[in-house]
Amino acid sequence: MYQLTKKNKDFILESVLTINGLFSAIAVGLIFIFVTRESLPAIHLKGWAFFIDKSWYPLEGQFNVLPMIAGTIFVSLGALILASPLGLFSAIFISFYAHGSLAWPFRRVVELYAGLPSVIFGFWGLMKLVPMLNEIRPPGQSLLAGILILALMIFPIITLNLMANFRPSSKKYYRVALSLGMRKSTYIWSILLPSLKQQIVGAMILALGRAMGETMAVLMVCGNIVKMPTSIFDPIRTLTANIALEMAYAMNEHRSALFFTGLILFLLIFVLISVADFWRRHESWKE
Amino acid sequence: MIKFTIFIFVFALVTLSFPLNAKETIVITGSSTIAPTLLDLAKLYEAKNKGVRIDVQTGGSSRGVADVRKDLAKIGMVSRALKADEKDLHAFTFATDGIAIIVHKTNSVSELTKEQIVDIYKGSITNWKVLGGADQKIVVVNKAEGRSTLELFIGFFGLKNSQIKADIVIGDNEQGIKTVSTNKNSIGYVSIGTAEYNASVGVPLKLLNFQGKSAKVENIKNGTYPLTRELNLITKLKPSGSIEGFIKFVLSPESTHVIKDHFFVPAY
Repeated sequence: MYQLTKKNKDFILESVLTINGLFSAIAVGLIFIFVTRESLPAIHLKGWAFFIDKSWYPLEGQFNVLPMIAGTIFVSLGALILASPLGLFSAIFISFYAHGSLAWPFRRVVELYAGLPSVIFGFWGLMKLVPMLNEIRPPGQSLLAGILILALMIFPIITLNLMANFRPSSKKYYRVALSLGMRKSTYIWSILLPSLKQQIVGAMILALGRAMGETMAVLMVCGNIVKMPTSIFDPIRTLTANIALEMAYAMNEHRSALFFTGLILFLLIFVLISVADFWRRHESWKE
Repeated sequence: MIKFTIFIFVFALVTLSFPLNAKETIVITGSSTIAPTLLDLAKLYEAKNKGVRIDVQTGGSSRGVADVRKDLAKIGMVSRALKADEKDLHAFTFATDGIAIIVHKTNSVSELTKEQIVDIYKGSITNWKVLGGADQKIVVVNKAEGRSTLELFIGFFGLKNSQIKADIVIGDNEQGIKTVSTNKNSIGYVSIGTAEYNASVGVPLKLLNFQGKSAKVENIKNGTYPLTRELNLITKLKPSGSIEGFIKFVLSPESTHVIKDHFFVPAY
């Protein structure tokens, strides 16, 4: 039989990795082409109307997507602002402060959070959170409800990501720092976190991407009204919810317009990742 | 070996092409309300009648009428009663679509008139107090565009969707049930079949009486509940052959469970 030498082991691994990499790149490319092609009829027909129409009433030929772009950005940024400290502090707590008997169950709970299907969060939000918010200010289904639910969904992503980054970094510096007489908190704030700036931003970007793409949970708690929100108690509709709500029954230009909302979401996430990448390059260049 | 391969190839070609040639295609066009139901029914029918292929396309009730008149489609789907100038066509009512206005079970209001509902949805009545209920803001639940229940609702009340001042927009019936049953101040509408079922299994919902009639599948069947529309299949000529076969199948008890799955009330 064929002998696996070290050299052709490398070759096999390299080819497998290349094929996998190519495959995912081609898949994304094909999806982009497909979504663009499906939205072309609407772009031809409506053009700038997507941004200047009065509102979104497809049956009456009105297709303004701006409130939904705003909705998507507000709800995911809001969730990120809440989830970032929560995720960061949880990671620090589990990695440095919780004792073994406490760290283990805490870690498992966070992992469980990260793995819960979004429809469970949405269902809980609809049954428990929304009625509570409704007592404060009707209708309860609102930007705030979406932010709270999404924050719960994405903070474990940040926590788990950072915990994985704390370990190797700590191995290098932790004992040295302690032997220099540093306190644990000084080490964390002055050495660990600054050295992991890029990783922290990376974890936040990952979480933000997850929040922007989330559909089911926000659809259940955000109210889905296409209107610029004026307060966090106002209902909003996200781009993803728009597609999920209307796609099943949409025809012709309406269907194409929904693909256009998908295209915008695609571009939003693309821009987000590019900006983050640019920032990271800039940072590592500074170093 | 080569001979055998050629034999297999030719054999496969011949056997595969026979049923393809023998298949008769029935084109059905029209209402997007009916299309999903007919798609399911068509699959069932095709499984039982191998020689028939059914092609269901949407485009609205008027397209169904136009296509049948021009012989572009053998059967049309029309989700309303036929108009006076359409009486030359043969219509077969196979189901009725009805919607129930629902509120939370604890709401003390139990009946609304057509005008009151229009006022609530247009935003000129915003508090339950005005209607004899508690002093609470009304949370108006509307359906997403493209849903047939929305079409029926705005059609019946003579509203345009842009006139409706909704607080929450929902997708399917189930989401409507969950939204209204968890919000004490809300009002919404869903298919009667779904609402009745959920209320019967203890979901805190109340189906409002409408113009003196209670929202019940029974009242749809006997025609006294007004918030309904008929779902029709139409043909240009008296149906015969496989077209007659399919229509008979849709009107038979065999199809009722599919029709109920789509929350319509079967005519038979």
